[in-house]
Amino acid sequence: MVIEKYILAVITTNKEKVPVAPAVFYCDTIEEMNTFGANLEAILDGIAHKLSDDVFIIVKH
Amino acid sequence: MNGFMSPIIVGIVAGVIIRLFMLRSDYRQYPTYLHGKIIHIALGVIAAGLGSIIVPALMQKDYTAITFLTIAASQFREVRNMERNTLTGLDDYELVKRGNTYIEGIAIAFEGRNYLVILTSLLVNATYIYFNIWFAILATILCVLGCRKLMSGSTLKDIVDITYVEPRFDGAGLYVDNIYIMNIGLPARQEEVLRYGMGFILKPKNFNVRTTIANLGQRQAILHDTAVALGVYRDSGTPALVPLAKRDLDDGRVAVFILPQEKDIDKAIKVIGNVPTLENAIRLPSKIDSNEKGLL
Repeated sequence: MVIEKYILAVITTNKEKVPVAPAVFYCDTIEEMNTFGANLEAILDGIAHKLSDDVFIIVKH
Repeated sequence: MNGFMSPIIVGIVAGVIIRLFMLRSDYRQYPTYLHGKIIHIALGVIAAGLGSIIVPALMQKDYTAITFLTIAASQFREVRNMERNTLTGLDDYELVKRGNTYIEGIAIAFEGRNYLVILTSLLVNATYIYFNIWFAILATILCVLGCRKLMSGSTLKDIVDITYVEPRFDGAGLYVDNIYIMNIGLPARQEEVLRYGMGFILKPKNFNVRTTIANLGQRQAILHDTAVALGVYRDSGTPALVPLAKRDLDDGRVAVFILPQEKDIDKAIKVIGNVPTLENAIRLPSKIDSNEKGLL
């Protein structure tokens, strides 16, 4: 199955702003969030998009 | 040996010359290897043979022989399928895809070239039979010149003005001029994009061009050709590093964002300018007369 245009993961430092859907990674700092984002981007073959300063989503296009 | 032998041979030779002339590895980057070329030369010889025997067959009053041309037509349509299948199969493994519109254009060109070979052979053969070999040679030269003129379509520099614009970030959004390209979240990725990325604005010269460069296939062709000519800073597993072309809905300008290995502005403008206008992307809205009856 090919997954396209789908949120694969959410990375955030803000516990209140996250949907109850895919894998969610809570991070303590923005730096940690960037590292998680870079790794997940490479692993999932998706792009880390920034929704707001404290929420990243990984989307496969 | 009957009297038609030398005209037929001259016709075949002329056809093969034309086919070889049209088989240069050009901007399409295809075919580049010998086996690929041999397929097309072999088909060219067949086409030339068919073209050369039309006039002799008619002169011998062998009218039914003309029906074999229909077999030829289906044979060469097969060439188009073959090209389409090969190129589509290979496209999945390209870092920057050619796109179906481009592939279809190449496939059509390959089919069309075989018909040109048939026509050339027919013409040269007929000239030899009705005049002499010198006229046949003259006809060959005229055919080569004619093909050169006919087969070279227009390029982008004829229809758009190309200017370089440094890409920039507004928050996480990547912009070329005022046109939004994509959202890149990671700061490290943003730095890479700014370091390697180049932006170009294609401004349509008239209203018809707007629709042509809006075509997704045409835009993909631009990205593919620049990636071929300038290299691409990209690998599998780095989907954020992707060349993209987006459109300004207000005035039809297209922003092209590329990640070349070689950051040479003049060369890039030249390469984009030389991208062929894809036959399948050309639209001529101005040719539609809205007062015409039966329309709208």
